[in-house]
Amino acid sequence: MSYMLEGRTGSWEIVVGLEVHAQVISKAKLFSGAATAFGAEPNSQVSFVDAAFPGMLPVINRECVAQAVRTGLGLAAEINLESRFDRKNYFYADLPAGYQISQYQMPVVGRGSIEIVLEDGSTRHIGVTRLHLEQDAGKSFHDRDPVLSYIDLNRSGVALMEIVSEPDIRSPEEAGAYLRKLRSILRYLGTCDGNMDEGSMRADVNVSVRKTGEPFRTRCEVKNVNSIRFVMHAIEAEARRQIDVWEEGGEVEQETRLYDPGRGITRSMRSKEHAHDYRYFPDPDLLPLVLDPAWVEELRSALPELPDAKRARFIREYAIPAYDAGVLTVDQAVADYFETIAKGRDARLASNWVTGNLFAAMNETGRSIENPPVSAAHLGQLLDLIADGTINGRIAKDVFEAMVETGDAPAAIVESRGLRQVTDTGAIDTAIAQVLAANADKVAEYKSGKDKLFGFFIGQAMKATGGKANPAAVNEALRRALS
Amino acid sequence: MTLCDLSLAEARDGLRRRDFTSTDITTDCLDAIAALNPKLNAFVTVTAERALEQAAQADRRLAAGETAPLLGVPLAIKDLFCTEGVRTTAGSRILGPFVPPYESTVTANLLRDGAVFLGKTNMDEFAMGSSNMTSAYGPVVNPWTRHGDNAQLVPGGSSGGSSAAVAARLAPGATATDTGGSIRQPASFCGIAGIKPTYGRCSRWGIVAFASSLDQAGPMGRTVRDCAIMLASMAGHDPKDSTSADIPVPDFEAACGRGVKGLRIGVPREYRSDGMSPEIEAMWQHGLAWLREQGATLVDVSLPHTKYALATYYIVAPAEASSNLARYDGVRFGLRQDGSDLQELYENTRAAGFGAEVRRRVLIGTYVLSAGYYDAYYLRAQKLRALILRDFTEAFEKVDALVTPTAPTAAFAMGEKMDDPVTMYLNDVFTVPANMAGIPGLSVPAGLDSAGLPLGLQVLGKPFDEETVFAVGAAIERAAAFATLPSLRAGVAL
Repeated sequence: MSYMLEGRTGSWEIVVGLEVHAQVISKAKLFSGAATAFGAEPNSQVSFVDAAFPGMLPVINRECVAQAVRTGLGLAAEINLESRFDRKNYFYADLPAGYQISQYQMPVVGRGSIEIVLEDGSTRHIGVTRLHLEQDAGKSFHDRDPVLSYIDLNRSGVALMEIVSEPDIRSPEEAGAYLRKLRSILRYLGTCDGNMDEGSMRADVNVSVRKTGEPFRTRCEVKNVNSIRFVMHAIEAEARRQIDVWEEGGEVEQETRLYDPGRGITRSMRSKEHAHDYRYFPDPDLLPLVLDPAWVEELRSALPELPDAKRARFIREYAIPAYDAGVLTVDQAVADYFETIAKGRDARLASNWVTGNLFAAMNETGRSIENPPVSAAHLGQLLDLIADGTINGRIAKDVFEAMVETGDAPAAIVESRGLRQVTDTGAIDTAIAQVLAANADKVAEYKSGKDKLFGFFIGQAMKATGGKANPAAVNEALRRALS
Repeated sequence: MTLCDLSLAEARDGLRRRDFTSTDITTDCLDAIAALNPKLNAFVTVTAERALEQAAQADRRLAAGETAPLLGVPLAIKDLFCTEGVRTTAGSRILGPFVPPYESTVTANLLRDGAVFLGKTNMDEFAMGSSNMTSAYGPVVNPWTRHGDNAQLVPGGSSGGSSAAVAARLAPGATATDTGGSIRQPASFCGIAGIKPTYGRCSRWGIVAFASSLDQAGPMGRTVRDCAIMLASMAGHDPKDSTSADIPVPDFEAACGRGVKGLRIGVPREYRSDGMSPEIEAMWQHGLAWLREQGATLVDVSLPHTKYALATYYIVAPAEASSNLARYDGVRFGLRQDGSDLQELYENTRAAGFGAEVRRRVLIGTYVLSAGYYDAYYLRAQKLRALILRDFTEAFEKVDALVTPTAPTAAFAMGEKMDDPVTMYLNDVFTVPANMAGIPGLSVPAGLDSAGLPLGLQVLGKPFDEETVFAVGAAIERAAAFATLPSLRAGVAL
């Protein structure tokens, strides 16, 4: 069942397209040699080109182009061997040249597609219209002085990829899934760090609503939303607003809006009448960007395995459920971690440990997969101890907790804490005999047909052995004792 | 006789022979500037102290036997080239206080080759003009006058300060730039030589931009050979300019002596405009006859889209200018006129900083790029530009070079042609097509009109074939034997 919003006049479908601005990972800016590090002193990473001094000229940074091409290839998109840079003209204090160099008519990357997986396990393809390279602007601060504004040009000229989706998205959930998948692909490729809280990935959200079967209605653009959660909220808030407008007999005006996360609403930023006329034209300082097909192939052959391929391979190679494979492949580091411990071991068990205990421990300790609470080598050793019967699954959980606490190897913890599994049948038989003797009434009930009590005896026997007994051995011994 | 009378080649050779020192010739130039600039207003900034330091350094290097191509030769620099530590105004009030912290590639190349800089020359504001009347620093006076007429004449533009300085012998050579004729038309008006090389031959890095796809730096000199010597130093690939061509710089000076025997010279019939003065027409015929006498073949060619060139130019150039000049906003450098908010800061700064012609072109450019007008103006102009280039490409399949008049008239008086801008724009009718096509064009003095004013002929060549252009220009120069001197010049008592 597709996602619909209920209004007074019936249900409404929402139509969403996303424009994602992804900051390119590169040492230098798109058209100047200046550095790009985040968090540097204001105006410390600015060349005369970035500050648009007279006579300064842009020169394209080859690495930024390579990053855009890699991203295009990662989105299974057409790579345009000839593209062009245009000027987008508007005045603002943090836009030194009075224009932004962007790719308006001929982007470096054309049509592609992103596959998203929804909660219910279904998949959808969201079309990517284009990806183009452009410069970022500087940053204005209006709150540092009662009269003056401050400008930081560190970001001025930094390379951005604008990745534009088709209006294929039909729910907040799909928008979230699209952004997470896109971020995952960008991170795999190493072309954008995807950190929305640092502003290195931002989204403009185009929203409209319609009744089923209708053509598209007027859309509004919600600018600069900086978290996936806010994107999802903004879509719903904006769709609700538009439904109200339509249902009250009004007309939704095409305009640019801002999302106010505090109040959970969108508000108008500028209407269509005040829309900028950007006076785009080809930048005469730059030649058309012509790519050598051999260079593109070189980049293609050096691409890493991407999330979809990895997910398919995990399902095939490790026979783990599709859902687990999806979770394990969102982040390349998690996937690598999983593969380290899954190789030559019970992969399904490995998957459970990573998605269960490891993720929980990461949440609790606030540590990342790059600096995990338990190393892949140690977790692998723990699985080996389970496999060879040294410990059982229950004890393994305790050992894991101790590993998180101490950082020690599992074998050392098992030895020092005496957690080795009891497989000695004599000891198990003794424990069972004690349990049965202490619960003669229950034994009688069991023998008169109350089969469920078998579990109770198992629990008591395990307790009597301090949880260290081999559950299979206890099971077998108990059956023998009760028969 | 002062050292100012020497051509650039003579100065260079004399310095190498140690006939005189760089300090000698630099001092003579500075004295001439001091004497004549109050009258000519050719220089906006004179860097006498710096020039003498550079000259002294050149003298030490010359004494040590060094032979850099321009070692010790004094030059004037158009105020459109950013010069490190020396104010650069582009003829505009908005850059009045601007001192660049960097040196343009072209001027850096000249310094590398040992040149001495006398100062910065006056120009039309942001190189927009054909008379030097749009400069925020006052008009430049042409050192030439008509027979029996004291009217002050314009030197042409936009490189009018450079052309007046070279013609009046304040400097043996000067840098200039040409977007629609700004080297060739003032060269013609002042009786000197000047070449706009192929687009991409000289780096644009550090030159204040007017129209990026048309702007090209070039030299002005009193002889074709002087231009060849200077261009060899100015030109060359620059990785800092994406439109600079990675093509070796040939020996331009040697090309001046090649002769024209066997060359096919095209005569474009569309340049014979209805309003052309009989004197210009006669001069053109003389020039063609000289070339034929020296062994060239004349070929009638057609450049059918010539008639659209000027209109096309006045769409493309203002469009690019409107965007290029957006950076003069009072925020980071140059003039700032405060306002109560950002919008007012922009309005106040740009209203105070830009003159009428610049404002007019920014408005035209903004208009032709606006939504709804872009296709009708800018896009069509781009299509025509391609057709203009095709005209030249096809003509150059039949001929080695084209020869035309440089400008439709000789220098006019200040105040003339000022009634409406279009009359002024018509000055560029013969020069603009070369910018639209990116091909090299040289103006060489060919004679005087009946009022005693110099007239130039223009030689157009194939892209990156400046050598043939120099060869043809030098042949015209030899035949013309142009020797008349302007009334205002170094060494002449005022």
